This record gives sequence, C-alpha cells and structure tokens, in this order.
Amino acid sequence: MEIWRLPISASQRGKLISAGYTSLSSLSSISSSDLARELKVSESEAMNILKVASHSRGSETSNASCSIVEGAQSAWDMLHDEESLMHITTSSADLDNILGGGIHCKEVTEIGWSSLSLIVNSVLKYKLTTAFGSESIIFMLIGGVPGIGKTQLGIQIAVNVQIPNDFGGLGGKAIYIDTEGSFMVERAFQIAEACIEDMSEYNRFLRKDFQECKIKMLPQDILENIFYFRICSYTEQIALINYLDKFLSEHKDVDMSLWSQVKVIVVDSVTFHFRQDFDDMALRTRVLSGMALKLMNLAKRFSLAVILLNQVTTKHTEASFQLALALGDSWSHTCTNRIVLYWNGNERYAYIDKSPSLRSASAAYSVTARGIRNSSSSCKRIKMM
Amino acid sequence: MANKLISEIRLPKSIANVFSARNISTAKDALSLTEFELMELLDVGLTEVRSALSQISEIVAPPYQTALSLMEQRFQNEHLGGHFPTGLKGLDAALCGGIPFGVLTELVGPAGIGKTQFCLKLSLLASLPTNYGGLDGRVIYIDVESKFSSRRLLEIGLRSFPEIFQMKEMAQEMAGRILVLRPTSLAEFTQSLEQIKVSLLQNQVKMLVIDSMAALVSGEHEQGARRQQTLSWHISFIKSLAEFSRIPVVVTNQVRSRNHDDASRYSFQVQSRDGAIETPMQYDSHLVAALGIQWAHAVTTRLVLEAKSGERFIKVAKSPISPPLAFPFHITSSGISLLSDDGKEVMGPEINAIHCQGSFPQTLLIVTGTCVAMAKNAGHNEIINFGMEGLH
Repeated sequence: MEIWRLPISASQRGKLISAGYTSLSSLSSISSSDLARELKVSESEAMNILKVASHSRGSETSNASCSIVEGAQSAWDMLHDEESLMHITTSSADLDNILGGGIHCKEVTEIGWSSLSLIVNSVLKYKLTTAFGSESIIFMLIGGVPGIGKTQLGIQIAVNVQIPNDFGGLGGKAIYIDTEGSFMVERAFQIAEACIEDMSEYNRFLRKDFQECKIKMLPQDILENIFYFRICSYTEQIALINYLDKFLSEHKDVDMSLWSQVKVIVVDSVTFHFRQDFDDMALRTRVLSGMALKLMNLAKRFSLAVILLNQVTTKHTEASFQLALALGDSWSHTCTNRIVLYWNGNERYAYIDKSPSLRSASAAYSVTARGIRNSSSSCKRIKMM
Repeated sequence: MANKLISEIRLPKSIANVFSARNISTAKDALSLTEFELMELLDVGLTEVRSALSQISEIVAPPYQTALSLMEQRFQNEHLGGHFPTGLKGLDAALCGGIPFGVLTELVGPAGIGKTQFCLKLSLLASLPTNYGGLDGRVIYIDVESKFSSRRLLEIGLRSFPEIFQMKEMAQEMAGRILVLRPTSLAEFTQSLEQIKVSLLQNQVKMLVIDSMAALVSGEHEQGARRQQTLSWHISFIKSLAEFSRIPVVVTNQVRSRNHDDASRYSFQVQSRDGAIETPMQYDSHLVAALGIQWAHAVTTRLVLEAKSGERFIKVAKSPISPPLAFPFHITSSGISLLSDDGKEVMGPEINAIHCQGSFPQTLLIVTGTCVAMAKNAGHNEIINFGMEGLH
C-alpha cells in the first residue's frame, strides 16, 4: 500500500513523499520523534500519521494472512443471507411477482412514477407469496410521470413495512423524507386503515385460532411509526442523510440489537431540490453520488430498504424526444433496481428497467381508495384461472 | 437552516478556524463538497472532516415528526381539517373536503372554459365569514392576464349569497378583502411574491390565487432550459409559501398545442414496439398544459377543465387522495356549478387529456332584467356587461 492512499491531509502527505516515504513499509520501523524531525512537524502530528499508517497496514496484513479477504463474503453465504431476508410487499401481487417477492431490504430501488403500482397489490396475496418483504437491502429507484402514483406507492410501502411478522411482514418502522411537501397524512391514514382491514380478513380466512391472533393494531399506531422529515433545500437533504446514521443507531430495536427497527427509508423525491439549485452539473453529480453511497451504506449497515422516488423529464435521443428519469446518466448507475411507472392504454404499469437479479418484466397495478392494488382486469384473470 | 453559519456550530476550535480560514462560512458551503474535496481544501485528515461533517449535519438536519403527530396537529390547528370547501358538493367530496391547505392546486383548461370564473368564486368564498363556509380572511389575487372583473365577482356574490351581498356594507367589506395585484413582468411578479411572503401571516391572508402562471413565464422566455430555470425558482418559492403559511394556493395554467416533440413514452416502450406493428399513439386531443412536466410534478392537485361534445367537465386529474372523477359543470350568473354531484370515473390516462371539442354553449346566461350578457370574444367567454341593480 502506498502513502498516497492514506487518509491524511494533503500537506502531510506531501511532506511524507518529499521526505522520501513512498510506501507504508518504509514507515513501519521509524519512531514518531524521528519522523517529526524529518518532516518538521510536531510530535503529536507525527504520532497521528504513524497511527493511521499502522491501522492501514493492519488491515492489509490481516487480509494477507486470512485465506478469505476480510470483509468479503462468499457467494454461498450471500445466497443464504438473501433467502432469509424478508420482503416488503407492495400490496399488488403482480408487482410483487415481478420484483421477486417484494422490495428487498439492503438494496436501493428507484421508482419512476410509472412503477409504483406494482408494489400495491393486495396484502392478502402478498402474505401468501411473501414476495416483496425481506430483511435484505434494497436500493430501489422508482420514477414516473406526474399523477401516476409515486407518492401513493411511497406511502403504501411506509405502511406495509409495518405488517407484523405473524402476517408475513417485517414489523418495522419507516422513515419518510419529503422534499416536495406532497405527503398527505389523510391518505396515509386511509391506506393504514385498509391495510388493517386486509389483515383481519386474512385472519378470518386462514386461521382458526382467530381469538389469539386478533389484530390489535390501529391506524394511529401505524402513523406513529412513520418518521416524517420535511426537507426544504438540498443542503438539508445531504445533512439529513449524514445524520440518519446516528438517528438509526439511536432507534435500534431492543431485542435484536443487530437490526434497526427502521426497515425502510422512502425519499420522495430525491430529485426536487437537485433540479433547481445547481448551476455546476459536475458538482451536482459528485454530491449526488456521495449521497447515494451513504444511503447504500445505511441500507447495508441497518438492513433496510431504501426507496427513492424520482421525477421524469424529457430527453432528446436519436432525433426524438423521449421520457427519461431525471438527474442524468451517471445517476442511473447508482441504484440497484430501477422501476419505471407508466401508462399503458388505460392501465398503470410498472416496468423493471434495471435490476441485477430480476428479469425485466412489467405488471399492471391500480391506485384505489384503499391504496395500491392489482389492476382490476388482472384480478379477474386470476379468478378465472 | 441551510445557511446556518459554521461559526455558530460548536465545532472544536481548531477545525472551526480552518473552516473560516478557507472561507467556508455556511453549512451549505461545507455540505456541497465531498469529503475528499474538503480534505484537500482544509488540509486536514479524514477523521476530522468526518466528525466535523457529522456535527454540522446533525444541526442542519430538520427534526422529525411522526405521521400521527402531524395528523393531530393538522386537526387541532386547522379549520375544516385542512380543506377549503369549493361549494361544489361532488368535487368537495372527491377532494376529501375541498382544496387542500398548504399545497398547490392547479386549474388547467382551454381559453374561455371557466378557469377565471372558478378563481373568482373561490376568492369570494374565502372572504366570507366562517358560518357561510368561508375562511374569513383576505385573499391575494395575482391577476396576470388582467381578467379579474370585480363586477362579475359581485354578481356571483349577489346570486350565491344574496343575504350578505344585498347589504351594501357587507358587500363592500367582502370585496374589500380581495386584493388584486397586476404584475406586468416576471420581475415585478417575483418582487410581489417576495412582499407577499412577508405580509401573509400578518394580514390574515387566507388564500392566494395566481391567474395565470403560464402567461407570465411563456410571455418572457422561449421554451427550453432558460425557462425551466426561472420556473423552478418560482415553483419552489410558491410551494414554500403555501406550506409555511398553510393556506390554499390556487394557480391556473393555460394549454398549448401538442408539439410533435412532446414525449409521452419511455425508450423501453419504443423498443418493445419495434418488432410489432407500429401503432402510433392516437391522441384524441391535441392540447397539453402549457407549463411542462417539471411544473406538473410540483402541483399536488391538478383539476382539468375541458369541453367535450358540447358539455364542460371538471376532472380531478392528479391528486394524492382522490379517485379520477369527472363532473359536468356549467357557468351561470351565480358562477360555476356542477350539473351533477355524482362524478363519472375516468379510466386510464384519459384523465389527463384536455379536450376542447364541440362548441360549448357560448351564451350561458339568460338575459334578464339584470341584463347579463356574455359575448364571445376571440375564444374567450367574457362577461362584458352587467347590470348591478341589486347593489343600488
């Protein structure tokens, strides 16, 4: 490992290099007082440099000594982990199906306005298939045109993540980051009510021991577990995402110290402030990708799903204008999964635009008074079968 | 909070000095840079940068609320549960009580369909005392197209609430609460918006109407990136205005013809059609909203006013809480009113289409003793002549 990779300040690095220290091993035997004299820095500063250097060397040697690289995980273990992960249902069975069961935790999913409805099909159906709900990490981006149902899908996910374990849910809490002011608390209440009704119905059909599993949840309880942050500028957005690390550590589950209670972070929308305050597009890209990395980190550390909602813009390609998700091409690399919501004829469809593990597919969904559900026509199809 | 000074955040003295020496004085400056850029610029190690950033972030990040406390707060502090009834029963039911407080509600439709009429009615309603279903406060009406007619306003008042408007003092009081601004340029509009922000809370302003947003922006800029820039400032300003004063904001938007380059499909949709028989999208309507997709993302509720086979409809085209319903309406001397309170559910993207076909009845009002006439004037139904006998 070389000196330039050490996380120290530029001037210290410059001094080290000009004094002839280019590799970590050259620092291994020197004492701090010698180094201080040679670099003309204070003794404490020299000690600090040596501490950083020995720390980096430590991680390097342990890598070499272990047959398995530290921090790595074999593909077999990963498979095992993923299978144990739970999914968050979208309340739309069709949508869950194309998503491989629901929204995975530990991944970041971007949902365009057109893909939201996939997630919404009936909770009932979801419980049987347990498609979306997983304790794995999903980073998902959802995008779509205005009015397609992005916010609705975001609210639905924030509610569904709270379905208790007995019903095949995660029993977690949700963080809802609202940059546009479009979160409607009345709507969240409606969706929560419908979700509880669905659960009791499921109970009645599938469980004989009705009394035991009686649902004690109230819509108020669901609303209480949604942490709502209202963001008014991109600075606040970045600050909040930096701060979430601390917030999540403070809100950890008592019983399962490893998992945080918060299972999903919904950002509605990731785009809004970044589309207006920036003149320097290169800076915007850097700030955005830094933010995405932090979110990805949160998803991994706390085993939660991150759902980003994105807006749609028009893009000129091959002499024609097409709809595209906002924030440009480099941004599209950051998300693990990307779902686009769109109109197809008279129905809303969700399309998997990008995913490392799922086939590209689309499914119809509908937005009803009770939230996001399977589209009515596909429900009929299922009944006929 | 974005412009919070770093010197006010209790960072360790040494690092705080480094920040000020490099001219990074606000949280915004610090958070706009990546960690590595900061390391280079400040000439300090990664751990110091990280701990400084996390301290700054913690202070700048807004506090959270649970959705429950949000709801309780709304119900406690807000009259009518945060919705302002429009007086159109079917529409109010669909919108869970009326026009929501704190967000933008947009009216979009072809010229002469009744957008201004709707705005007039709403301003009038908002000025009424609460026992008449009003908000009992002032209304700021930004009239860009010079279409505001106080005669028409009073006529609507007289017809809908004769018991108030037959008393001259009351009529004067109500009309006195509606303040009309007529900016002639975008710069002037921007200036008055900034003034409004200051006076909203002090002066019991209960509603803001902007008629129309499109006229301002399309008047000064060509379509394209430049226009998007100006527009985005206004979008975020008006949104924050609505939110912090918690009042309903109603904005109208014009329509324009669909350009051949207006995109309505994603690239994957085009690709999937390549193998199949090319079926070009059939548009039954050639009209689209004048302000583009970015604006459409910003409005929370969009109501489309359209004319189809001789009837006018008002449609709930975008709303987080309402189903896609269409209501037939007409405009009478008492203002806009629904022909039926039962909305017809509209399937699919049809809800967003704006039709202007079939001639809607131009002369809606029967000319009576009060001498009301409507004339067709270059596509607009403009009320040009009223008898104001009721007031005299």
